[in-house]
Amino acid sequence: MADLKTNFLGIESPNPYWLASAPPTDKEYNVRRAFEAGWGGVVWKTLGAEGPPVVNVNGPRYGAIYGADRRLLGLNNIELITDRPLEVNLEEMARVKSDYPDRALIASIMVPCEEEAWKAILPRVAETGADGIELNFGCPHGMSERGMGSAVGQVPEYIEMVTRWCKKYYDRPVIVKLTPNITDIRKPAEAAKNGGADAVSLINTINSITSVNLDTFSPEPSIDGKGSHGGYCGPAVKPIALSMVSEISRAQATHGLPISGIGGVTTWRDAAEFMALGCGTVQVCTAAMTYGFKIIDELTAGLSKWMDEKGYKDVSEVVGLAVPNVTDWQYLNLNYVAKAKIDQDQCIKCGRCYAACEDTSHQAISMSDDRVFEVMDDECVACNLCVDVCPVDGCISMVPMAAGEVDPRTGREVQPDYANWTTHPNNPMAKAAE
Amino acid sequence: MAQGQMVPGIVSGRLSSDELTSNFTDLHPPLAPHEAAVAADRCYFCYDAPCVTACPTDIDIPLFMRQIQAGQPEAAGETILAQNILGGMCARVCPTETLCEEACVRETAEGSPVEIGRLQRYATDSVMAGGAHPFERAAPTGKTVAVVGAGPAGLACAHRLAMLGHDVVIHESKPKPGGLNEYGIAAYKSTNDFAQAEVDWLLGIGGITIETGSVLGEGVSLEGLSANYDAVFLSIGLAGVNALRAGGVDKDGVRAAVDFIADVRQAGDLADLPVGRNVVVIGGGMTAVDAAVKSKLLGAEHVTIAYRRGRDAMGASRYEQDLAASHGVKIMTNVQPVAVHGNGAAAEIELEYTASHDGQLTGTGEMVRVPADQVLKAIGQTLEGAPEGLELDGNKIAVTGAGRTSIAGVWAGGDCAAGGEDLTVTAVAEGRDAAMDIHASLNA
Repeated sequence: MADLKTNFLGIESPNPYWLASAPPTDKEYNVRRAFEAGWGGVVWKTLGAEGPPVVNVNGPRYGAIYGADRRLLGLNNIELITDRPLEVNLEEMARVKSDYPDRALIASIMVPCEEEAWKAILPRVAETGADGIELNFGCPHGMSERGMGSAVGQVPEYIEMVTRWCKKYYDRPVIVKLTPNITDIRKPAEAAKNGGADAVSLINTINSITSVNLDTFSPEPSIDGKGSHGGYCGPAVKPIALSMVSEISRAQATHGLPISGIGGVTTWRDAAEFMALGCGTVQVCTAAMTYGFKIIDELTAGLSKWMDEKGYKDVSEVVGLAVPNVTDWQYLNLNYVAKAKIDQDQCIKCGRCYAACEDTSHQAISMSDDRVFEVMDDECVACNLCVDVCPVDGCISMVPMAAGEVDPRTGREVQPDYANWTTHPNNPMAKAAE
Repeated sequence: MAQGQMVPGIVSGRLSSDELTSNFTDLHPPLAPHEAAVAADRCYFCYDAPCVTACPTDIDIPLFMRQIQAGQPEAAGETILAQNILGGMCARVCPTETLCEEACVRETAEGSPVEIGRLQRYATDSVMAGGAHPFERAAPTGKTVAVVGAGPAGLACAHRLAMLGHDVVIHESKPKPGGLNEYGIAAYKSTNDFAQAEVDWLLGIGGITIETGSVLGEGVSLEGLSANYDAVFLSIGLAGVNALRAGGVDKDGVRAAVDFIADVRQAGDLADLPVGRNVVVIGGGMTAVDAAVKSKLLGAEHVTIAYRRGRDAMGASRYEQDLAASHGVKIMTNVQPVAVHGNGAAAEIELEYTASHDGQLTGTGEMVRVPADQVLKAIGQTLEGAPEGLELDGNKIAVTGAGRTSIAGVWAGGDCAAGGEDLTVTAVAEGRDAAMDIHASLNA
């Protein structure tokens, strides 16, 4: 049985699953329940500066989009950082950490962009025994209007500056949580690294309006007829998160920077994918908010089983395995030729592949009077749309052509060697092949 | 006080009112909105969908599924009703397991089709619950068409003609319109007097007059109708019942299954309805199953369907057969009635085993006797009272194209016309298509 024990920045946890800084980690009661359920760590709900805490709206804080059978695919929230006094949170954190010394406990912090503010809070956090801190430069709603959260995360210079302060006044690991509401995720990651960050975590939530009420014309969630954009999370954001994580993993400036992956982790497979793209731990929120803490049983058992099947003994072996395979489009092998193949035994004759190809792609699938659907190799560009829309898993596959075969679409022989756009004759910027 | 199942003879009140009420509730309760959304979501929106091809009325099923998914069941209902104005009844009585649902690719994929029938009911119920009639009449044409018979074919024809701007007078021999929807459909498939509610709703289009008690060949004649109207559509159904060739069929307790079913449908109080202790239904079609199941639901102790060929040859679908079996009906196959025995009233039926050689059915000489104080004949209906001068095709009115009979200006559709299965949905299609043809010919 693979050991899921994780060491991230020297912080140990029995498994790589941490609960993200969010409503599930707002107080001692929830965190104890999470640890009892088996979660490896928690990032405590973001602490604010000393003084009267923030207030939340008294109407709905969440909105959702659904798939079939009301399966929650995306969640949006307008909740702010903790609305409980700093002192209460710190006391609770200290108690929990002392009762669960084997679990990771990270303090998320968001205070104004002033050195004094950080200097004031950091020693107090240190006293709790927390294993590290996470700088919340990500929340896109509410706090950003006050110059915090994503308002900091969108300015690399601020990230670097605040990170520097934290490294100056705090001697344990500093994780910088990044906002995805930015054009190029590599810049803030680089700034965090330059400021001395031990790791980055991403993604925080994405600016979003989940729906519009067509009777009142208010965005949802609606507070007395008005709505404000919230932060989007859940399974729907995973592809965006994976891409951003991969960018940081493979960029020269940030390659090797530890990452705690966040964004739609719902099953063990999601976690394994984040880890393969370079994440040492993953953080979970929406899945726990949807199904409760018990999902940790599937997350751990599933990851462990997969590692066993693959022969991995330690989670660290998995981290980054997919990173070398993430590349730029220009380096993709243009000599690789595939054709769609429909398995007639599995085909249920719905014709979705035909409609998709005929209406929206390359007219490469034929349909007979008795509903036999076949790929015309001389038209198929292997776009994969038929595979994507086919309701039967495994019915349509992309079969690579062997070198030496003639592609009936182009009439050209499939070449055995690798060749990409950088040397392609149609590329005006092409370099001579060496 | 209920009499119970064991009382011999044909008696009423075998079960308590509560038991009867519970027995005659909806076979398939309607879908709740969330159930419907989940069920509709299973539709793959097939290209040139096989379910549409399988539907005699060509309802755009993938479209209405998508409209349910998109939160507009009323729009889904209008999609259905535009093709099949009796889509509400068809949703309840269509043998979907041999039509759209059999063709559903989910049936191929996992043996579990999209529940098209129940979703059609959900959608059409949504429209009818809204009350308003969704279709409007075209400008009046000044033409009037006579429709004979207010069954599914006649109603569908009348509605389409009214929609196209013609006026319609329906001559109906029975006291109530609806035809087999009213008098013939299994009560557990059409509850709460749905048939009449549907007719009332259908008439909301306007321009249709129904004259009940108007019998072709008695008060009205085809010549008279042809002279007084611009066109005539005959949808007179199959009013006759095939004769049972066996001894003793004149004994008390032997009757046509369709009459028994009509009695159930028209019963004010099911507790007043007599049923035998030992009921034997002769036949293998849907009528046989309906009559057998109803007998059981009314409290008969033993109900047997006796069919002269094998199970595969039964007109009732496998689903219907299983429905009967699940209600405790015994299905005997390869037996044919020889005689009904009893002193004045039926007491038992004598059946002979049969064998089939090259499609020819012969008795084997081996007999079996089954107790039967009630024998219900469900061996098919036959055309009765068809006007003179109409060419016949076999035992039905011969038609060409969209229901044109051998007499100019006279169309026919539904069970009385040759071709097509004797199904509500087929009747609707024939009525609708004849209306389009009548319209074209009136405009020519």
